[in-house]
Amino acid sequence: MEKVLMKGNEAFGEGAVRAGCRHFFGYPITPQSELPHYLARRLPEVGGVYLQAESEVAAINMVYGAAAAGARVMTSSSSPGISLMQEGISYIACAELPCVVVNIMRGGPGLGNIAASQADYFQAVKGGGHGDYRLPVLAPASVQEVIDLVVTAFDLADKYRNPVMVVGDGILGQMMEPVKLGPPPEVTTPPKPWATTGTLGRKSRNIINSLYIEPEELEKVNLRLQSKYRRMEEEEKRWEEYHATDAEVVIVAFGMVARIAKAVVDKMRKAGIPVGLIRPVTLYPFPDQPLVAGSSGPVKAFLVAEMNAGQMLEDVRLALCGRRPVHFYGRTGGMLTSVAEVEGKVREIWEGLK
Amino acid sequence: MAVATRRTQGLTDKQLHYCPGCTHGIIHRLVAEAIEELGVLEKTVGVCPVGCAVFAYEYFNCDMIEAAHGRAPAVATGVKRVLPESVVFTYQGDGDLAAIGTAETVHVASRGEKITTVFVNNAVYGMTGGQMAPTTLLGQKTTTTPFGRQADVAGFPLRVAELVATIEGAAYITRVAVNTPKNILRAKKAILKAFNVQIQGLGFSLVEVLSTCPTNWGLSPPEALRWLKEKMIPAYPLGEFKAPEGGV
Amino acid sequence: MLEEVIIAGFGGQGILSTGMLLSYAGLAEGFHVAWFPAYGPEMRGGTAYCAVTVSDAPISSPLVAEPTTLIAMNLPSLEKFETTVKSGGIIIYNASLINRPPGRQDVRIIAVKANEVAESIGNIRVAANVMLGAFIEASHAVSLNSALESLSKVLPPHRHNLIPENQNALREGARIAGAADR
Repeated sequence: MEKVLMKGNEAFGEGAVRAGCRHFFGYPITPQSELPHYLARRLPEVGGVYLQAESEVAAINMVYGAAAAGARVMTSSSSPGISLMQEGISYIACAELPCVVVNIMRGGPGLGNIAASQADYFQAVKGGGHGDYRLPVLAPASVQEVIDLVVTAFDLADKYRNPVMVVGDGILGQMMEPVKLGPPPEVTTPPKPWATTGTLGRKSRNIINSLYIEPEELEKVNLRLQSKYRRMEEEEKRWEEYHATDAEVVIVAFGMVARIAKAVVDKMRKAGIPVGLIRPVTLYPFPDQPLVAGSSGPVKAFLVAEMNAGQMLEDVRLALCGRRPVHFYGRTGGMLTSVAEVEGKVREIWEGLK
Repeated sequence: MAVATRRTQGLTDKQLHYCPGCTHGIIHRLVAEAIEELGVLEKTVGVCPVGCAVFAYEYFNCDMIEAAHGRAPAVATGVKRVLPESVVFTYQGDGDLAAIGTAETVHVASRGEKITTVFVNNAVYGMTGGQMAPTTLLGQKTTTTPFGRQADVAGFPLRVAELVATIEGAAYITRVAVNTPKNILRAKKAILKAFNVQIQGLGFSLVEVLSTCPTNWGLSPPEALRWLKEKMIPAYPLGEFKAPEGGV
Repeated sequence: MLEEVIIAGFGGQGILSTGMLLSYAGLAEGFHVAWFPAYGPEMRGGTAYCAVTVSDAPISSPLVAEPTTLIAMNLPSLEKFETTVKSGGIIIYNASLINRPPGRQDVRIIAVKANEVAESIGNIRVAANVMLGAFIEASHAVSLNSALESLSKVLPPHRHNLIPENQNALREGARIAGAADR
């Protein structure tokens, strides 16, 4: 199959089209602009609707309406815009509507900058908006994986009737890499008898709502949501292992940093140092099994590398419960961790183990 | 025996939660009757607000969505763009539509979104405890303007119908009141027309309805109707501000 | 094999598409490739650049801090990136617009009067591909043929009439670099 070069941001758009998404609502923000540019051209070709909203606040609520009407729908933004969407995401989570939200993360806090960052990890995996909810979070590390995981994101959204977030960063969004497109996957959208389409002969009315004024009733809703999240935790953890089985030092990294870490693993292995990588593909549910398995094997220490001040670090520590030392290396403010820096940290850990 | 009148099929039989003397109930009935009379009940999706009408999804006898505060026009846009053949309306109060949701209100009109908005203006926040609304009159006492709204502190009342009528995508913009039987009949006609504008695909339609809030105005229901006539209508003149040329 | 190339110049000089052409040529030869543009405020103010990585191993990051080759289309680009080029690398500069040769002693320096060449071909917009031709001849990172054949992938169908001019540009650049070698 012929490979074509595609920009990461465009791949998010093409992935959505391949997943059968025909509705996109968004508001411009760098560094994800090519995603809406792409869909503004592409969606009309396939009979879809691209609409530029007046704000991220409006965009996520258009998503809410479109999802309520039964459509596969997506929005995308970058960190400050995603913050603005959090109220809507909370409503969508409670109303149990499927949708996909893309966050091309940038340096923060505040207006920050448009350089690559992973500083929205907490916001993405711990809920983000108000209330006690979660959403599956997927973190592709290549343009090819963007296309594949966006399709997965739509399937998960429908499977759980839940918003799903896909996170990338400015580098993944802006870079071009070869991708194999192949024939579009067969899209099977489950029936949505709950959708507010107008009753159209249906006997009972459908109501999409997140208001439960009686605490007893709202607790029941919360318990149902929580049991759904437990099911996600049982069924949806995804990760990639690279030379992890016989490694004594394991780097844990996601997204672009995992690629840097791979280069570090290759370099260290050449130097005879047994280093491996575990790359969480789902950030929520967090893949703790490979970490726990590693800690009962030859792994002597873990190194978490991130483009933030140590956010996934907390989930790694929770997974390991003190079984092994967990080190951290991070850069913030839009600085990319370099191979040399991560390598230096791994060598330091390795020396300490001797 | 001949049936002289009957309940509209557009409302459920759920008992309304509104305060005695509040005219929300009348407006609900007018909207429901209009939808029923136009024969579109089965393809209607309503979007209700945050505010006193937050439970409206229990009353309108069609598919309903409860939106976040101020976002009903955005939610309605999402529905209508997925289901262009459906009839979509929002039912919003003055805080929802003219304060927190101003941007959504302006832009749903600027896009000429083919939805209908029923805007209930009672010059006060009801649900949260009688605070100042963007439409609170100058001098009007509320729990957050205890000495009366003063322009130099709290600004001026916002005239939504006039504002939205300046927007090109708005097809039908009108202001009515429900304080007298005559005005109620006019309001009904206006709501019917607004839905017709939507059904004919002419653009965005909005009916601003002057409504009472005896509880938060601190008046009896009859006093509230008088206050609406004497204070609100002079500040918010009734009439059509924009209508499709050639009629509907 | 690892080539990390920075192509830099004015916006409108074809910097980004020349980078894509190199990427497609690398892809055609079975290499891993990545292309990364300057974006955001960096794009404003008239300068543009992109980084292209061509490698026989998977590419960890598409960012290039120390290029093996710098292709500089104008003086600001040369000044911005000259010191970053790896020792033993290559600087190819557009002598039509840059009147000051690079000062580095530890890299190979090739001067190409890209604007004049492009004008003689009949289209000033092919200047960046003259530079790319010179790069390919100087580095042999990819074959000239791969670049010639990849033009149809970079140029949209309604611009395929420009393929011959661009092929001439690549060939002429390669010829100039080849002559500079001798």
